[in-house]
Amino acid sequence: MGLSLTRRINNNFMSADSDVTNKFVVALAGNPNVGKSTIFNALTGLKQHTGNWPGKTVATARGVYFYENRAFNLVDVPGTYSMMPNSAEEEVARNFICFGSPDATIIVSDATCLERNLNLVLQVLEITPDVVVCVNLMDEACRKGIEIDLKELEKCLGVPVIGSSAREGKGLDELKTAVYGIASGSIKTRPINIKYNEIAEDCINLLKPPIERVLNGSLSSRWISLKLLEEDENFLEDLKTYTGKDLKDEPEICAALEKAKNILEENLMDEDNLRDMIVSNIVSVAAEIANKTVTVKNSKYNEPDRKTDRIVCSRVFGIPIMLGLLALVFWITIVGANYPSEIIASLFSLLEVKISAFLIFLSAPPWLHDMIVFGLYRTIAWVVSVMLPPMAIFFPLFTLLEDLGYLPRVAFNLDNFFKKACSHGKQALTMCMGFGCNAAGVTGCRIIDSPRERLIAIITNNFVPCNGRFPTLIAISVIFFGGMATGDKSSVMPVIVVTGFILSGVFMTLFTSKLLSKTLLKGMPSSFTLELPPYRKPQPGKILVRSLFDRTLFVLGRAVTVAAPAGLIIWIMANVEPGGISILKRCADLLEPFAYHLGMDGYILLAFFLGLPANEIVLPIVLMSYMSAGSMMEYESLTQLGALLTSNGWNSLTAICVMLFSLMHFPCGTTLWSIKKETGSLRWTALSFVLPTAMGIMACFTVTCIFRLFGWA
Amino acid sequence: MQSKSLLPLSEVPIGTTARVKKIHSRGTTRRRMLDLGIILNTEIEALQKSPSGDPVAYYIRGAVIALRKEESSKILVEV
Repeated sequence: MGLSLTRRINNNFMSADSDVTNKFVVALAGNPNVGKSTIFNALTGLKQHTGNWPGKTVATARGVYFYENRAFNLVDVPGTYSMMPNSAEEEVARNFICFGSPDATIIVSDATCLERNLNLVLQVLEITPDVVVCVNLMDEACRKGIEIDLKELEKCLGVPVIGSSAREGKGLDELKTAVYGIASGSIKTRPINIKYNEIAEDCINLLKPPIERVLNGSLSSRWISLKLLEEDENFLEDLKTYTGKDLKDEPEICAALEKAKNILEENLMDEDNLRDMIVSNIVSVAAEIANKTVTVKNSKYNEPDRKTDRIVCSRVFGIPIMLGLLALVFWITIVGANYPSEIIASLFSLLEVKISAFLIFLSAPPWLHDMIVFGLYRTIAWVVSVMLPPMAIFFPLFTLLEDLGYLPRVAFNLDNFFKKACSHGKQALTMCMGFGCNAAGVTGCRIIDSPRERLIAIITNNFVPCNGRFPTLIAISVIFFGGMATGDKSSVMPVIVVTGFILSGVFMTLFTSKLLSKTLLKGMPSSFTLELPPYRKPQPGKILVRSLFDRTLFVLGRAVTVAAPAGLIIWIMANVEPGGISILKRCADLLEPFAYHLGMDGYILLAFFLGLPANEIVLPIVLMSYMSAGSMMEYESLTQLGALLTSNGWNSLTAICVMLFSLMHFPCGTTLWSIKKETGSLRWTALSFVLPTAMGIMACFTVTCIFRLFGWA
Repeated sequence: MQSKSLLPLSEVPIGTTARVKKIHSRGTTRRRMLDLGIILNTEIEALQKSPSGDPVAYYIRGAVIALRKEESSKILVEV
C-alpha cells in the first residue's frame, strides 16, 4: 500500500549543483544534535532553525560563504549515525557525501561524546579522504572536565581536526582555512585505513580492480567492494541512479564477486557475519582512538544530567512535570498576550484613519475604499493583533524547552503510549514540531525510520494544533471560559481548557495511530532507539531573536499574505448581492442545517472551508461574516470580540465545538501539499484530509447531542 | 561461576553496568544496535526507567540511548 516512500525522498540534489562550477561544494555532516546547524548558520549567516534534539535537519539546507575570495556552497545534510542508512534522512546524507562529489566534507562531532561520533567519522573516511573533522562543543566538554587531544586525534585520523565552540563563534576561522586547504587541494590527507580480517581483505582485493575500472576510480573502490560483499541492494540501486552503472551487470565484477562469495562461504561467513565484523571493527577502532585522545578529569561529569533525568523522567513526577510545564507555557502565553494585543490594535486603528483619509484624498470610489479598508486592511489588522502576541510569547518559551534538551525526554516519557498505539516513539518529537507548523511536522516525520510508522505520524500530525490554530483556541477559551462574559476574569480556567484540548489532541493522535495500525497500516512497532542528548545551557538572547524572526515573523508573514486576499474575497462575497442576498449568506445558509448539528453555524463552517489556505484566518472570516455590512469592525479587545460572538448566538457549546473542530479538521493547504510530497501518494493525502475531518464531525456531533439532551445549550 | 551467567539487557537492574556477550536481534534492528556501538564486550549501564517502566535509558559509549524492551531483551549481557 504505497509503503515504499523512503526511497522517494529528496534525491534531486545533483541537478542543483551543476550550475555552480566555480564554487566549492562542501558537505556538512555529523551525528544528529552536535551543533551542525549552528555551524551552518555561523558560516553562512543564514538562520536555519536549530534545536537540542536529534533529527532537526530533515532536508538538505544550502548556503554560501566566502573565504579567500572563493565561494563555498555549504550543504547541511541530515544528521546521521551511520553511513549504512536506516532511514530516509540518513539515506539523503549518505547519498550526498557519496554521490554529490563534494570538494570537502566537514564532519561535525560532539566533544562531549567523541567516541560515539568517531564511528561516523571512520565510516566517512572509508568513502572519501577529503574530510575535515570539526570537534564542536569544546566549551561544553571543558565545562564537564573532558579534555581532547586534538593533535593526537589528527594524527590518528590522518585528516585535519579543528576544535570549535560554534555557539561562541570559536574555531570557525580555523575551520574555514582547513576546508579551503582540502577543497583547493593544498592540504593532502592520509586518512586512517581500517583493516578487516584476512578473509574480508582477500575478498576486497578481488573486487577492487574491476570496480576501479568500471567506475574510473570516481568512488572509493575499497568501500564499494564492502557494499557488494554486504549485498547492500539499496546502495547498489542508488549507485545505479547516480552513476548510471549497474555493477551487477558488469561481467568482470560479477566474476570477482562470485569468487569472493566462495571465499566467504568456505570460511562460514554470510552477509550478517560480515557486516557484524565490519561494524565491530570500526567501533573498536573508534574506542581505541577515543582512549588515546580523550581524558576525563571529572568522571562524574554527567551526574547533574543524570540527577535531572531522575526527576523529570521519574515514575512519580515525570508525567506531572510534563503537564505542568505545558500548562505553565500556556498560562504565561495567555496572561501575557492580552496587553500587547490591545496596544497593537490601537496602533492599527490609528493607521486605519490615515489610510482611509489617504484613499479619500485620492478620491477613490467608495467601493474601492471600503474594499481596501474594511476588507483588506482590517483582516490584516485582526490577524496580526490576535496572532502576534501569543506567538511572540509561546515560541520563545517553546524554543527554550527545545534548547534545554527537554523534548527528547517528553518522547521518552510518552513512548509507552505510542508503543501501545503500535507507533513510533519519535512521533512525540514530530508532534512537537507540529506545534510550530504542521507542514514542518509532516516533513519532520522523516526522522522515523519505519515507513509504516512514518505514514501514521504524517497522517496524525494534524491533531496537534499549529500556531495558526493556537491563537484561535486561546482567544475562544479566554472569552468563554475566562469569565470574560461575567466580568469575573480568571486566567486559570482558560489554561485548563487549552491544556485539555491539547491533551485531547494527543489522545486523538494515539487513538488514530492505533486505529490505523489495526486497519489500513497493519503492523507491529518496529525497532526504536532514542538518544537523550545532554542538557545544554540555553542562550536567552539567541532564543528570543531566533524564535521571533525565524518562526513568529515567518508564520505571521505567511498568515498575512494569505489573509489579505482572503479578506478581499470575503468582502466581495459579502457585498455582491445577486437577488438581494449576498453570496456569503447563500453559502452559509446552505451549510446551516449541517452546521447546526455540529453545534456551529453556517458561517463558522464556511470559514473553516475558506480557511483552507491557512488556519489563521478562520476566526477573522467568521467575524467578517457576522458584520452586517460585510466588513469587520476594528479589533479593540477580547471583551469586545466576545460581545460580538455572543450577539451572534455563540454560547459555550459553540465555543467547544469550534475549538474541537479547529483541533480536528482537514490540514491546511501547505500541510496537504507537504503530505503529498512526503508520501508521494494522493490516496494518503486524501486520507489525511478525510480522517481528521470525520473525527471532528463525530466529536462535534456527539458533544452537541449531549449538550442538547441535557438542555445545556 | 554462577555470576557469569547471561541475562537479557532488559533485566539489568538500574544503576548496574553490564557487558554485552550476544546480540540476538536480526535485520535492521541488529544494524541499529551495531550503529549504537553495541558489539561484543561493550559496557552498558542501565540508567533510568521511563515513567511507565519501558523504555529504559542506557549509557552506551558516552551517549544516553533509550531502548524499548523488545530490543533490549535481545541483547544478552553479563553483569
